[in-house]
Amino acid sequence: MSQSARDQVPRMLALVPYLRGRDGIPVDQVAKDFGVSPQQIVKDLNVLWFCGLPGAVTGDMIDVDMEALESEGVVYLDNAEYLPRPLRLTTSETLSLIVALRSLRDIAAAAELPSIESALAKLESAAGDGAAPAVEVHIERADPAVHEATQKALATGHRMHLSYLVPSRDERTERDVDPLRLLTAEGRPYLEAWCHLAGDVRLFRLDRIVEATVLDVAADPHPHAPRRDLSEGLFRAVEGTVAAVLDLSSPARWVAEYYAVDAAEERPNGDLRVRLKVGDTGWLRRLVLRQGGAARVVEPVELADEVRACARRALTAYGG
Amino acid sequence: MTRRKSERLMNLVIALLVSQQYLTKDRIRQVVEGYHDQSDEAFERMFERDKEELREIGVHIEVGSFEKAFEDEPGYRIRRDTFELPEISLEADEAAVVGLAARVWQHARLAGQTSSALVKLKAAGVPVEPDALPALEPQLAADEPSFEPLWDAVISRTPVTFEYARTGQPTQLRHLEPWGILSWHGRWYVVGHDRDRGATRMFRLSRIVGDVAPDGRPGEYDVPEGLDLRAEAEWLAPTSPDASATLRIRQGSGWGLRRRSTATDPVDAGWDRVEVPYGGRWQMAEEIASYADDVVVERPDDLRGAVVAILRGVAEDVA
Repeated sequence: MSQSARDQVPRMLALVPYLRGRDGIPVDQVAKDFGVSPQQIVKDLNVLWFCGLPGAVTGDMIDVDMEALESEGVVYLDNAEYLPRPLRLTTSETLSLIVALRSLRDIAAAAELPSIESALAKLESAAGDGAAPAVEVHIERADPAVHEATQKALATGHRMHLSYLVPSRDERTERDVDPLRLLTAEGRPYLEAWCHLAGDVRLFRLDRIVEATVLDVAADPHPHAPRRDLSEGLFRAVEGTVAAVLDLSSPARWVAEYYAVDAAEERPNGDLRVRLKVGDTGWLRRLVLRQGGAARVVEPVELADEVRACARRALTAYGG
Repeated sequence: MTRRKSERLMNLVIALLVSQQYLTKDRIRQVVEGYHDQSDEAFERMFERDKEELREIGVHIEVGSFEKAFEDEPGYRIRRDTFELPEISLEADEAAVVGLAARVWQHARLAGQTSSALVKLKAAGVPVEPDALPALEPQLAADEPSFEPLWDAVISRTPVTFEYARTGQPTQLRHLEPWGILSWHGRWYVVGHDRDRGATRMFRLSRIVGDVAPDGRPGEYDVPEGLDLRAEAEWLAPTSPDASATLRIRQGSGWGLRRRSTATDPVDAGWDRVEVPYGGRWQMAEEIASYADDVVVERPDDLRGAVVAILRGVAEDVA
């Protein structure tokens, strides 16, 4: 089917029951509810006008008040009693809706949980054919106290104080933030907030917030604060500044899949040589230290020396 | 073209839906505008294609015998109970959260599926509100090219075959009865019965190379009763703690370890003695090694040994 007929037929099958009891609804409102342009709805109505009972003579056609549509931009549709309900949800539609709601459930505040759970239960029972368990999304749970405080601050528009770990620098930082939204990315909850320490919008991984306090201060509105576009993924959203080259032997090859690398090249000795940009050499040093020699820094040379020196220094504590 | 096709399909749906009995092909050809001016052959082709296309959008056409005397000639109809959305009564608060689902999928086709589901609910009178709780934005991405074919295969229970790459090994052709897919830390996995191994296996979608091809008919196998994907994914989770380490941690560092500590005592200038429970020894050792000389293992000995081995591997590397 051409893409437009594939979209148009299901939409028309929903449009007819939708318009029951909505006599005189503005076409703009219909378009908004259907997520298409008003022109598209007008086209749909023009097709419906030619549809009706089999062997149709004029009186059996669906009746659309074309004059009201053209002059006032409002919709009256009649003579279609045989289409009182929309088409059943397809398994794929039900499943995409259920999976989306499950992700929502995993970050919702306690107060919203009952609505989400009961809506899910109703949709799952409407799905009925056992498709519901076929897709699962695991979202890591944050500390409930941190989660609740974040939800509360967002709901009431209060500033928060965070004790936040920065593992790449092994620091525990203290900062006041104005929360903007709670989101998930790559299976983890994040708080996006205006950070007064950084003077900019920052993403905070909830499981790295050690303590969260809702302050008795209203958060500043930040209507023009840039929101991070995460559609390209989290690591891609971080602009690296230091160019590094690593050689990965077999046990450390996962690094090339896990992080965004700019280039990868097989070496004659079986290693994979990757180039990547990192924001922070501390992060890279820690990553290489934990690979036990399976990942080696080629560039920057100073970092390669530093990592080896670090390991030797650490070994002295073990008498080696 | 689109217009005429949409019109024909609508009229076909209405004719098959309102009919009290099975309609023969001849009758359908007579009553549905757009069929009568076709040649026999063109009509046959068109009708077959139309049925298939309606099936794709979720309209199930039942085939049966319309009268005893015409046993050889099949008739067609759409049963109202399989066509119509059943009654779903959502309370206002439930409808509000359902509306939020529209923003979750970052995958074009599934975002479209969610929207069309919501349109149907609106058409059924459910007051779906997209603007509730605007500060809550879970996001689900699915960038793996194998995601879409596997999503469809899971829904239709169609066996599949694909090339699978494991680290450091050549790709292998695998044959799978997919039961379900799951997202873990933003990565998608498919779980199912591996026909080559004769056992349950899990595959990471990002390691599937090339196409996912059908390897049998839809509905060819059953998914085990009570399949629990979360349980299947258990091995992806970190091992739960079954041991405790005594560590010396420099003050002002080792924050990731301190977070999980059960006891902390200052020992000498600048150092704390910290108890940290852990599960997998090597995983813990790697984490400790990443802190270099800011963290030292006091006990147990096997963890000490693991950390020393990792640090030696790094120190002895001469590029």
